Order: sequence, then C-alpha cells, then structure tokens
Amino acid sequence: MDLIDDEGGPAVGGDNAHAFSVSELSGAVKRALEDGFGRVRVRGEVGRVFAARSGHLYFDLKDDRAVVAAVAWKGQAARLAHRPEEGMEVVVTGRMTTFGSQSKYQIVVDDVRPAGAGALMAQLEARRRKLAADGLFDPARKRAVPFLPRTIGVVTSPGGAVIRDILHRVADRFPRRVLVWPVAVQGRGSAEEVAAAIGGFDAMTGPSRPDVLIVARGGGSIEDLWGFNEEVVVRAAAACNIPLISAVGHETDTTLIDHAADLRAPTPTAAAEAAVPVRAELLAGVRQLDARLIRAGAEAVRGRRQRVRDLARALPRPETLTEGPRQRLDLAAERLPGALRGGTARRRLALERLAGALRPRLLSAGIAAQRTRLGEAGRRLEEGARRAADARRERTKAQGDRAAAALGRAARAARRGFEERAGRLRADALLRGARDARGRLGTAQAAFAAAAGRDHDRRRRAVDRLRALNEALGYRNTLRRGYAVVRGPGGVLTHAGPARAAARLQIEFQDGEMAAVPEDAPARPARRARPKPGPDDQGTLF
Amino acid sequence: MSDAKPGALSFEEAMRELEGVVQQLDSGDVPLDQSIRLYERGAALRERCEALLKDAEMKVEKIRADADGRADGTEPLDG
Repeated sequence: MDLIDDEGGPAVGGDNAHAFSVSELSGAVKRALEDGFGRVRVRGEVGRVFAARSGHLYFDLKDDRAVVAAVAWKGQAARLAHRPEEGMEVVVTGRMTTFGSQSKYQIVVDDVRPAGAGALMAQLEARRRKLAADGLFDPARKRAVPFLPRTIGVVTSPGGAVIRDILHRVADRFPRRVLVWPVAVQGRGSAEEVAAAIGGFDAMTGPSRPDVLIVARGGGSIEDLWGFNEEVVVRAAAACNIPLISAVGHETDTTLIDHAADLRAPTPTAAAEAAVPVRAELLAGVRQLDARLIRAGAEAVRGRRQRVRDLARALPRPETLTEGPRQRLDLAAERLPGALRGGTARRRLALERLAGALRPRLLSAGIAAQRTRLGEAGRRLEEGARRAADARRERTKAQGDRAAAALGRAARAARRGFEERAGRLRADALLRGARDARGRLGTAQAAFAAAAGRDHDRRRRAVDRLRALNEALGYRNTLRRGYAVVRGPGGVLTHAGPARAAARLQIEFQDGEMAAVPEDAPARPARRARPKPGPDDQGTLF
Repeated sequence: MSDAKPGALSFEEAMRELEGVVQQLDSGDVPLDQSIRLYERGAALRERCEALLKDAEMKVEKIRADADGRADGTEPLDG
C-alpha cells in the first residue's frame, strides 16, 4: 500500500514503474509487516504441531477459513505455560514476521494460553482420554497404600501451608520419618520438577527409600494447578513403584495425577491420614487383643479344668467296677465244690464202667481158657511122649528083631559054616563072631538109652515152662494182688446173687482158704427175727 | 500359625496374625498344648506390635538433590 502510495498515480504496471529486485521486495514486505503489526494476539485453533529436534516448536493456527504459521523458538517453547496441542483453542501472543527467504509470514510466539476455561477443560479431557488409552489410569495398576510406612516421601513446596498440614497430621497420628522433596508447585517448570521428584524418590535405594509418596499442593485456580495435569507428571506418577497418594488442590479439584495415583486424597491433610494410622488406636487395639489373648489363654485352661472336674465326677466309684466280677466270682465259687463232685462222679462212673469189664469172671474166664489150653497142651504132651516112647520102643524092638534076625542068620550061617566045616573049623572063630555081634548090640542099646534120655529131658523142660506160664497166667498170682476167689457149693462164684444164696462160702486167699457165711444168706432173716420181741407183750403173739 | 520370627514381621503382619491367634484361642476348640503355643506366639506378636508402636518418632528431612536431580542426601527441613 505504501508502495503504491509512494509511487502515486495510476501508472500501475506502467513501464516507468520502479522495478524491485526480489530481495528488495521481500525485505520491504518484511519491514512493512513487522512495523505495521508488531505484537499481536491471535485467537485460533491449533492445527498440526511439529516439535523439531532443535527444540523449536512449529504449529499452525487456524480458524474455519484461514491458516497462519506459528513458531516458538527453543527458549520460548520451554517457558510456555501451556504447550500447544492439536485441536486446542488458544490465544497466542507474539510478533508477526516473515520467513525472509521464502516470503512466508508467521507469528513468533512467546505465550500460548488456552482460550477460556471451557477450552482448557476440553484440552484436559482430550489429554485424559489419551493417557487413559495408554492404560495409565487402569485400576489394576493401583497398589494398596502400606498400613504403616516407615518413611513417607512428600513432593511439595517446602515452604507452604501444605507441608505444615501434612507434618502436623502425621505427628498427631503416628510420628514417622518424613522426607520432603522440595518443588515448585506452580509456574513454569513446575511439572518437570514434580515429575523429577517422583522419579527421584523411586530411584532411591536403601533404608531411606520411602514406603509411600504424597504429591501435594494447596488449592488454586485451574491454571495454578495445571502443572499436575501435565503428561510428564502423570507418566511419572504412573511409573512410580512406590505407592503414591495425590492431594492436589481442594476436594472439588481434580487433576490428571489423581487418576494415575494409587490413592487420591481430597486434601493434603487427608493424604497424611491415608498414609499413617492412628498410633493410639493401634495401641488400644493391641492392648485389647492382648487382653483377649490372656483371657482366651486362661479360658482354655479353665474350661479344660472344669471338664476334667466334670468328667471326674462322672467317673464310676471304684467299688462299682468290681461288683460285677465279684458277683460272678461268688457264683463260680459256689458252684466249684459241686463241679468237683460232679466231675468226680462222672469219672467214677467212667471208672466203674471200665472196672465192670475187669470183673473176676472175665479174669477167671481167661484163666479157665488158659487152663483148658494148658490141659490140652498137657494131654498133647503126654500123648506125644507116649507116642514117642512107643515109636522108640517099636524102633528098638525092630532093631532088636533085626539084630536078632541078623544074629540068627549069622548063627545059622555060622552053624552052616560050622557044620560044613565042623571038623575043620575052629571054635575060636565062632566065639570071635559071637563076641563081635554082642559088642555091636551093646553099643546100639547104649545109643538108644542116651537118645531116649535126651528127648525126655527136653520134654520135661517144656512142661516146666508151661507150668510156669500157667502159674503166671493163673489166678494165684492174682490172689497175691489182693483178690480172693469165692467158691460156693457149686464152685467158683462170680456174682453176688449166687453168693447171697449160698449157705457157706469158701474164700481162697493167696496163702490159704477160709470158710465164710454170707450175712444176708437166705436163712438169716428168720434168725435175726428171733431176738426182736423184747419186753413187750407182743412177743406172745408168736 | 506362621513360623516367621515375630521380630521380622511388619506391624500389619504381626497385628493380623495376633488377631488370628486370639480368634483361634477364643473359639476354644484348639487342643490344649497347641493353645499354649498359640498363647506364647500371641504374646510375642503383641510385644512386636507394641515395640513397633513405641518407637514412633518424628523425623523430618528435606531431600538435597544433585545436579542430575537425584537424591543426594538430606538436610533438616526448616522452612
């Protein structure tokens, strides 16, 4: 415009018009722009944002019809209270300038502010959604705050009322070690400081590492609390391995760190209450438990003692324990003699049954059989002896006959020889022959006598043995053992009946016999009746 | 009944176990010898709890950070 005004006239595009070099024009436009606008405040929506590695921050500012480029140089970008984010409605403050060589213009921004509270909340909501999508607010990430921490780490301003409130409440409830990490809780760099403090506590090792963290700030405007909405703080809180309690602003204020914290306390004082229990209450609780412990321990013994007493009472008297057995013993003792008698009787019965088989009759039957056999043997012996004697006699007679015959024959032969040779035969030859024959006869007779004698001796010895056997088996030996043989008129008596019937009995002992009269002999009752009449007159009746 | 030495337990653990011990004893159906062991255990746990409660001492320090922002010792907080 100036250019046209300066040149004046309608000679636009005329030949005599001054011709700028490109650089001249560019420089002229730059000057005109910077001089004409200087510092401007522009309201618009943040478009594309580009954070260069150099630290410069480039972004577009737009509305529904136009776009203007904006840049925050490195130093300014770091100091911005709000970093521009795409979609954010902002009011930026800066200078208009051209990007010389390209002939493009832009705003060099030194301040960015959200365009009103509504816009700020919209930005907060957008950020919250983004971080939630990253899982930073997941309820599953939240850890329980320890019941009784040894050390409490506090991230806050060291000089405000907030730390006073916290320390006071901790001291009231349960004095603990408190480590304060001093930070700026508002203004530029506050978010980075808070994030660094959280990370610093988390990086600590050893006994001084806190068991719980409190990130606290007092109440303020939304802009004052804005640092606790910053992504860097939220991420630090989410990444922290120590359980973290957030207490930022008043009860109604909610910042994004509250979503990432393990516990959100409405106020710093409430955070202190959440961090430590009340010592006095714990002591009371322990003492109460102690009392119950002692009571329960005593009760355990007392109850058992009572049960022992009850059981002891329920035990039966010792006497009653023996009563049953005692009664059984009495019964058994009473039955004992009877049992003995019964047993004896039973045995006696058995014995008698056996003894019955051993009656003298049986014995005498045996003896009679033996005697029969003995008599038989004796008879056979006699017969044998007679037959043997007869046989001998006959054999002897036959031998004698044969000898006599032979003698006769020899005599006849001799006589014939003698007669034949009467004259010439000598008498001495005859005599010699007769003498020889007589000698042979004598020898044969002696042999016979010896043989007969030997045979007789053998038979006598056999008879003796049989006699001895007879005696052993005979009843006389039995008599030696205490038995006796009773004889009646009809011979040996083996039964009481016939014995009673006998008038007289002959009893044979081992050493002799005696006569006896049975008392209950048939004739006796009559004899016994005689002395009975006595002095009374009844006797006259007979 | 845990076997951990009472001295190694945190207050919370000791307290929880003590509660359990008392409850068991209260129920009255614990054998006598075990109830005596329970009682002794309970007494030890109570001592542990009391000791932990007794040494409650306030100590407030301020972190001194080094150039890299790391904790580099502490100093008394006096602000």
